[in-house]
Amino acid sequence: MSGTIRDQVAIVGAGACKFGENWDQSREDMIVDAAYEAYEDAGIEDPDKQIEAIFCGSVYPREGSWEVAEALKLFGKPISMLSDYCHTGTDAFRYGCFSIAAGMYDTVLVVGFDKPKDRGVSGPSVNFDRVRGLPATPAGWFSLCAAKYFDTFDTGREDLAKIAVKNHHNGTLAPKSMLKREISVEDVLNARMISWPFGLYDCAAQSDGAAAVILSRADGARGFRDDPVYVKGVTVAVAPHPQRDPDFDFLAWKPTIYAAEDVYRQAGIADPFKEIDVIQLHDCFTLTELLTYEDLGLCEKGSAKEHVHAGTFELGGELPVNTDGGLKSFGHPTGATGVRMIYENTLQLQGRAGKRQVEGASLALSHNIGGPPTTCGIAILGTN
Amino acid sequence: MSGISAYGAYVPATRLPLALISGRPAKEGGPEKAVAYYDEDSVTMAVAAAMDCLQAVDRASIDALYFASTTYPLAEKQAAAIVAKALDLRRDVATADFSGSLRAGTSALEAASHAVAAGAAQRALVVVSDCRMGTPRGGLESKLGDGAAAFLLSDREPIATFEASHTVHNELQDLWRSDGESFTHTWEDRFVVQEGYTPVTVEVVQGLLEKTGRAAGEYDRVALYATDARAAAGVARALGLSKEQLQDPLFGRLGNTGAAFAPMLLVSALETARAGERLLVAGYGDGGHALALQVTDHVEKLEPRLGVSGHLARRRALRSYDSYLRSRGLDTKEWPGGADLGLSATIRFRERDSDLSFHAGRCQDCGQLHFPQPRVCIGCRAKDRWEGYRLSDKRGTLLSYTFDAFFPAPEPPTIMVMTEVEGCRVQVQLANARPEDVSLGAPVDFTFRKIHDAGGKPNYFWKAVLAEQGDSA
Repeated sequence: MSGTIRDQVAIVGAGACKFGENWDQSREDMIVDAAYEAYEDAGIEDPDKQIEAIFCGSVYPREGSWEVAEALKLFGKPISMLSDYCHTGTDAFRYGCFSIAAGMYDTVLVVGFDKPKDRGVSGPSVNFDRVRGLPATPAGWFSLCAAKYFDTFDTGREDLAKIAVKNHHNGTLAPKSMLKREISVEDVLNARMISWPFGLYDCAAQSDGAAAVILSRADGARGFRDDPVYVKGVTVAVAPHPQRDPDFDFLAWKPTIYAAEDVYRQAGIADPFKEIDVIQLHDCFTLTELLTYEDLGLCEKGSAKEHVHAGTFELGGELPVNTDGGLKSFGHPTGATGVRMIYENTLQLQGRAGKRQVEGASLALSHNIGGPPTTCGIAILGTN
Repeated sequence: MSGISAYGAYVPATRLPLALISGRPAKEGGPEKAVAYYDEDSVTMAVAAAMDCLQAVDRASIDALYFASTTYPLAEKQAAAIVAKALDLRRDVATADFSGSLRAGTSALEAASHAVAAGAAQRALVVVSDCRMGTPRGGLESKLGDGAAAFLLSDREPIATFEASHTVHNELQDLWRSDGESFTHTWEDRFVVQEGYTPVTVEVVQGLLEKTGRAAGEYDRVALYATDARAAAGVARALGLSKEQLQDPLFGRLGNTGAAFAPMLLVSALETARAGERLLVAGYGDGGHALALQVTDHVEKLEPRLGVSGHLARRRALRSYDSYLRSRGLDTKEWPGGADLGLSATIRFRERDSDLSFHAGRCQDCGQLHFPQPRVCIGCRAKDRWEGYRLSDKRGTLLSYTFDAFFPAPEPPTIMVMTEVEGCRVQVQLANARPEDVSLGAPVDFTFRKIHDAGGKPNYFWKAVLAEQGDSA
């Protein structure tokens, strides 16, 4: 029997460094910026005493977990480093939640970070350590559904383009986002191709960044602040490699469907579209966002295009998605992204999201999908 | 009596219109040459020619594989062993490389015929493949082409039997390539033709005719290695051959394919040969080598194949001379290619059956095919119930695709496709195609290609090709 994490753990502090091509910042700089903002948010004045354990996530780690301990000068405490594609941050968060629910700790720190921009290449590097599976770029992996989905549901690049336009707009409203530039559908359609159907603007902005949250026992959360945010559900799920799965239908990503089912069960959600107020989902590519509307059960399979054109998921729409610009505009330091989404949802639930605030938001979801893709992590937060 | 029981050939679909070399626009129907693309080399072309040859042949019946080429990708490491593995031949097949001379092709053919005649092999496969390069914009560049031929030799139901052979050796510095060099060099044209090619070819053919006791006019088709059209005409005149007897040397379409040239012309001759016809083939290089064959009734029963003519018809012209330079690795790169160690030898070793022989696993409990072969079955969860199942000669269906503009290629984008073969999903690159050629549901075949040369060595795997191009019908 599967249990639920619902209402056992609270977020009492959240922080993030500025995302972008942080040429003048090391990993240490970004980790410290994110963690110290989270400390301040939680009113933690003596982290060495108050933080009992640390859970870190990073996909391009040069070092082990000690790097985070060294940056924050938090020694003699249990610390773990996770690395598992794009849901790394959400998984580090999940481990943090479980460590508290297990009764091991009262207060833990979760840090997600990555610094891909020290590698000297723009975008992901081309992989030559195998002969199979090439070309191996995330754009190629995530485009796998495009031809069949387009053909089946009469959808095309121009439908995807509106998603990029939305996320660019939202990014202009987030102070810490990487890109603050409005774009048009024409800009998206005319951009140079990366991997069909993805042009440059269909792809997330790879960036440097770090985000952090402080977790505490739910029953002790008000000792940190008056408006703690409660964890309603968190899970990860894995699906067969879509390039090998004999049943893969090229219309939906199974990892999201699997994870959504479990997390809705944990959170007691029957109708996600009606019940959830704000969503941060993994828009690594425009098509990923479109498919995820359906895979999360927000709308019928094949109907996402209509919602895109109706503005359902825009700020001011029925269910705003990627309010801070998402991976597309806020930036995508892989290991940080899951934690950054939880940071944004925390701000939304506490009414601190400024110009991009979703009024009265009380239930928020964040979602990552990663690998070829094979894995998904989802976290649901609520105010009461 | 030993003879040829099947033949095949391969000509790369990529063509360099010769006009592009001097910066002129390519003209439709103008002279061109066949070019091994960036993902092809003598090994991949040999595999392709062998697959053309082995249609409807039980590969387990082959006892020997001789591979002739002057352009092996590796100086120390047997190329025939790679070809045998890619063809999924038996482990106890006798493999050998024949190299060093443009005569290597006919030499391998003769050695195999002896092995069959002596009973050392019931069925021997001979593949000849070459992709020589002249220096960019140098005199040889426009003349050399790339291609391969394959012959299955057997004493059972041959389509053509060996009648006689004759060989001479001759030391002359006419064509050469020193160890470690990329480009073939030649002495002055007229010297090569007047003192080398013409007298040696006439001598070796006359020697053969003496052995067979026949006149030159008795041969229906004569496949002559030739340096150029004029030299070929000179040899024909000296031997008293008519224009009708001479097999078209395909100048301006194929190019001189080195060790594979005379063997490919023999394939061309066999493609249209009728029972009872007599064929003569003459190779040249450090001497000469001539073989006489007689075509049997079995030629009528041979399954259709692409051969030289079918492959010549499938063509895609390079758009620029720069594309040619990139496709042969002659351009300057941002980073030195293959500077790292490349693929791990241990990983290559473990994945040899899937990467080279293109084996999927077939679950003996539920029949599910899976590539690569896992331990636990995705269909029924049975553990270790797999048997190898060769995908390379099966037809697949294209399920999805993308066009990757990032992957290094002479003419991006690189096309990645998801294919399904008998319920097995395989993701591969699509070769010989441009984005406008791709459609969902298209049938695909598979072709052995060089994926990259990380580590400074060729790393091979399979790619898909659209089947319409490959159909011999």
